[in-house]
Amino acid sequence: MSEADVLLRVDDLQVHFPVHKGAVFRKQVATVKAVDGVSFQLKRGETLGLVGESGCGKSTTGLAILRMLEPSGGRIEFEGQDITHFDKSSLRPLRRRMQMVYQDPFGSLNPRMKVRDIIGEPLEVHGLANDRKAFDQRIAQLMRTVGLLPDMADRFPHEFSGGQRQRIGIARALALEPALIICDEPVSALDVSIQAQVVNVFVELQQRLGMAYLFIAHDLAVVRHVSDRIAVMYLGRIVEIAARDEIYRKPLHPYTQALLAAVPVADPVVEATRKRVPVSGEVPSAMNPPSGCRFHTRCPLAMDRCRQEDPTLRDLGAGRAVACHLHDMAA
Amino acid sequence: MTTAARPLLSVRNLVTRFGRGRGAVTAVDDVSFDVGVGETVAIVGESGSGKSVTALSILRLIPSPPGRIESGEILFEGRDLTKLSEREIMEIRGNRIAMIFQEPMSSLNPVLTVGLQVAEPINVHRRKPWDAALGTAKQLLGRVRMSDAESRLRAYPHQFSGGMRQRAMIAMALACEPRLIIADEPTTALDVTVQAQILDLLKDLAQGSRCSLILITHDLGVVARYADRVVVMYGGRVVEQAPARELYANPRHPYTRGLMASVPRLDGDTSKRLVPIDGQPPNLARLPAGCAFAPRCRQATDLCHRERPALAEIGPQHQTACWLETPAHV
Repeated sequence: MSEADVLLRVDDLQVHFPVHKGAVFRKQVATVKAVDGVSFQLKRGETLGLVGESGCGKSTTGLAILRMLEPSGGRIEFEGQDITHFDKSSLRPLRRRMQMVYQDPFGSLNPRMKVRDIIGEPLEVHGLANDRKAFDQRIAQLMRTVGLLPDMADRFPHEFSGGQRQRIGIARALALEPALIICDEPVSALDVSIQAQVVNVFVELQQRLGMAYLFIAHDLAVVRHVSDRIAVMYLGRIVEIAARDEIYRKPLHPYTQALLAAVPVADPVVEATRKRVPVSGEVPSAMNPPSGCRFHTRCPLAMDRCRQEDPTLRDLGAGRAVACHLHDMAA
Repeated sequence: MTTAARPLLSVRNLVTRFGRGRGAVTAVDDVSFDVGVGETVAIVGESGSGKSVTALSILRLIPSPPGRIESGEILFEGRDLTKLSEREIMEIRGNRIAMIFQEPMSSLNPVLTVGLQVAEPINVHRRKPWDAALGTAKQLLGRVRMSDAESRLRAYPHQFSGGMRQRAMIAMALACEPRLIIADEPTTALDVTVQAQILDLLKDLAQGSRCSLILITHDLGVVARYADRVVVMYGGRVVEQAPARELYANPRHPYTRGLMASVPRLDGDTSKRLVPIDGQPPNLARLPAGCAFAPRCRQATDLCHRERPALAEIGPQHQTACWLETPAHV
């Protein structure tokens, strides 16, 4: 990957949350390491799928990149600039380049604002809405882009269905023509027959406008459909990252294998013969992660070394990296 | 299921409505299906399709008012559940038919220990004293593969993770050795690896005791993995039902086909665009006169918009409600 192509570079990102106890004499009793050493790169126009189970830190990673959460450590580089510690005034122009689409199409739109004003708000905030006529034209154009009728601009969010609301959220994110859109579970709140509509909107927009996506989701089939590369997170770390087809054809990390095997395929004939990778228990608390490899408590292949030594994310070449001692030995 | 044997549960022309007059909503409209002994039947549909209301109707848990079962029969072990008194249905609930809900946290009582809650149906239905019931509860927690059952008995639901709570719910459901378990989206709130654990467990335990299972879900993958037979609901009606393999190999209703084409598969072709179903799920208060799916159906004809198709046999154990499949009427 040539340097010029890299849009976003995340290096050893950490986001820690203090846990306090006591009402009067508050003292910190623990730290939740929601994101604990995440590194990856994102090219212009590329989609990186970020998958993992609840609490693995995938949303926190997204929020930290947008600088809506303060990173505790590491480095975030966007369009060649180190933005890790940008202050408020430097962040504002940055927001034009990075936008977000949220999971909940009901909670993320202000119910008292008209669709026109919701979609147009980023333009107003950034002082791009001075000419009323141009503004209206831009709103109409954005609405058409996401498959909404421009004459709905004066309606309120409650008049729209979940799928349409999600399109409004996408139009708002597009308004400033960002280079990166962070999509946090953008279809998981929608009915199955509607998910495909919204997934197609994302795919087609990228083909036309060429922005990059960080696509955060737990639905592995949806992520597979939209992503070029995929990173699998577990307890605040990336355990495996690879090109889409590689990771689905031959997952290397035992957690990736378990995750993929746990997702049923919508075909009873395939299901009857599919290999199942048993994984016991549930994700441990991020407040007190296991020693060594964080997955060792649930890993069917764990060895002594896994209990003691924390594996690093090792580059295996061809854009593939895995954090697992099993693959240290193979190399 | 052998067709000769009498089914364990037979729902016939069930109609469940909410509200009265112009604002009335028919959530379940003329629904019929059978569940054989030891069989797993999946009811599939989107929100508002009537799948959960069907389940609640079977157990007579529809809040009334505003809801009521307006007509139809629910035959279970030879009795019509719609005709039972409140006292009689309570004998069946949690005893012969158990239910597992989607959100384990809101279906468990936060101020009682898990042990007491698992033991309660045994105390109520089997009239066992509490200490004996707690002993059985401990065994049940072992059966749902909870480690350290003894101390779990004394724990409260908030001390459990989502997966453990759902295990406790399964233990409760199994307490009186029911003949039928209705699981309403039992794993939607759980992570995928935990979802697989819970559904495997539920299926194993049900199979082990020849207990029948109704699995309500919107996930076609879950259906493919666990169901013997599938009932597809749309707009409060059954639009198609068939054995699982037959349904996936040969979906006949345009909605079923649309659903299958619109869901990305883990082994699907990623270069292909997903084919979404146009439009939105129907508003039950304003259902069209004809087929409820007609407004979204690319093959809809005048007849589809005008008249409702009835569920008709189109193959062995395969039924669908679609005018396109009943050429005699076209």
